[in-house]
Amino acid sequence: MYNTGNLVKEMVERHGRNRDSLMPILQDIVGRHNYLTDEAMVEVAKELDISAAEVYGTASFYSFLDTEPRGRYVIRVCKTITCSMKGKNDILGAIEDLLKIKLGETTLDNQFSLLETNCIGWCHKAPAILINDMPYTELTPEKVLDVIKGYMNK
Amino acid sequence: MENRGLIKVDLIFETIDSGKVLSKAFRMSNDEIIKEILDSGLRGRGGAGFPTGMKWKFTAAEKDQEKYIVCNADEGEPGTFKDREILDRVAYKVFGGMAIAGKAIGSKKGYVYLRGEYRFLLPQLYTELDKFHKLIKEIGYDFSIEFRMGSGAYICGEESALFESIEGFRGEPRNKPPYPTTCGVFNKPTSINNVETLVTAMMIIEKSAAEYVKLGTQDSRGSKVFSISGDTPTPGIFELELGMTVGEFVAEFGDGDTKAVQVGGASGFCVPRKKFDETIIGFEGVPTGGSMKLFNSSRSMYNVLHNYLDFFTEESCGQCTPCRVGCQQLLLGIEKVKKGEMKSVYLNELVKLADTMKVASKCGLGQSVGNAFKSIVENFREEIIY
Ligand SMILES: Cc1cc2nc3c(=O)[nH]c(=O)nc-3n(C[C@H](O)[C@H](O)[C@H](O)COP(=O)(O)O)c2cc1C
Ligand code: SF4
Repeated sequence: MYNTGNLVKEMVERHGRNRDSLMPILQDIVGRHNYLTDEAMVEVAKELDISAAEVYGTASFYSFLDTEPRGRYVIRVCKTITCSMKGKNDILGAIEDLLKIKLGETTLDNQFSLLETNCIGWCHKAPAILINDMPYTELTPEKVLDVIKGYMNK
Repeated sequence: MENRGLIKVDLIFETIDSGKVLSKAFRMSNDEIIKEILDSGLRGRGGAGFPTGMKWKFTAAEKDQEKYIVCNADEGEPGTFKDREILDRVAYKVFGGMAIAGKAIGSKKGYVYLRGEYRFLLPQLYTELDKFHKLIKEIGYDFSIEFRMGSGAYICGEESALFESIEGFRGEPRNKPPYPTTCGVFNKPTSINNVETLVTAMMIIEKSAAEYVKLGTQDSRGSKVFSISGDTPTPGIFELELGMTVGEFVAEFGDGDTKAVQVGGASGFCVPRKKFDETIIGFEGVPTGGSMKLFNSSRSMYNVLHNYLDFFTEESCGQCTPCRVGCQQLLLGIEKVKKGEMKSVYLNELVKLADTMKVASKCGLGQSVGNAFKSIVENFREEIIY
């Protein structure tokens, strides 16, 4: 859980109170905290004068607008065909071993969540993952461990 | 057949003087711009291949004061990554193409809908956009562009779903008609074009249609950027003249053991080795938004098909039953055949289901699941069963 505080107000100031402000607002909240709490969604609904169900209904459609708690760094491993052919499972296994979590889980210290995703557009440099917004490509099990250890030290 | 084999081209990424081309375009009348694009034979590069000049003409004909030009940068088709490269290297041409389209249809405002997976590009794109807005102001023209982001939903690449998403709703495709040219984003006349289409349009204005039609074939004019991946020694992004055969493509990009090429991504067609030489890449043969995936004989086409069906099952918006249930049943169906729980003739039933989805689904997603399904099942039946 994070404290919603003035967050929603700040986002509304930035993006406005129109219906088409909704996506940018939700995206920026996720950009900062990696997922949407019920509290944040209710707050957004109030500011935009729409029902909380509308906000939740919109958010739940989009796989990057998580409504479940996620860690500070969300790792998304591409599972579409080329990445899958070029060693995706080895990458996934290496991350699971390092972080001691399974796919779909979040580390106890809330630092990392591990998910799969569909094609992220790096097939020519497969296998690839996203950590929050950043792509990492042409990975090997060794290389991905270095990448994640880099985040552990941040 | 005007077939000249495989020819590499360098148009899209070529550096041009944006100010000069835009000044030229703004001196032209709307009709002149549209005529030039019509004469070039340019067809949309997002996959469907609708003639761009026609799209602009229809939107221009609408009386509304408020119109929009939308750049589709959702690039979600598995195996496509050329739009990212274009935005990374020549974003100014994407914006330039939008301004030219804006002038042609009478729109002062453009949106770029960028997939969330490419958010890391935003800082540099905003820098480029600032430069563009300054340039436009210097030329003395009124046109501005805004970015809108996707959030990990393939279906938002479908034009009407994309509009819903910009408006702040779930990305569920709308019924058609009305078409975007009469009722698009915010229910206003809209021309929605792929990233590469817009850049190509700018190149046509720079070079003239007469020059552009020297490339390509009757049905597929010009060149196009291909995203090449899979079992190839040279994966990457290549701009090639249209009109080559899959055979010629494989001779250049294959690893000597290519057994199939998936043209057009998960929603495209699988071309098996025996059909390489007779199949033309383009609107007269197999159309493609640019995704070319090569598979060699070490790959199981069951795994390929399973991966695609899994993709569609997850990415179907679930709004209409043929697609929502159809995707699940196709996936379950091939699993059952593989496990021996169903006899191989069950595949014929599944092919019928794919045909039904083609006619009964609401949008292009459900309508095109059958492309990969049928072309893989028909050409690699043994691999699906055993
Ligand atoms: C499921 C689905 C996904 C699509 N995804 C994209 C996409 O990512 N990028 C794109 O340009 N067009 C995509 N399209 C095609 C668009 O609906 C539309 O035809 C295209 O943006 C028009 O631009 P063009 O005429 O320049 O190709 C998709 C269509 C469907 C049915
Ligand atoms: S065909 Fe599929 S993706 Fe398209 S509207 Fe129907 S359920 Fe949604």
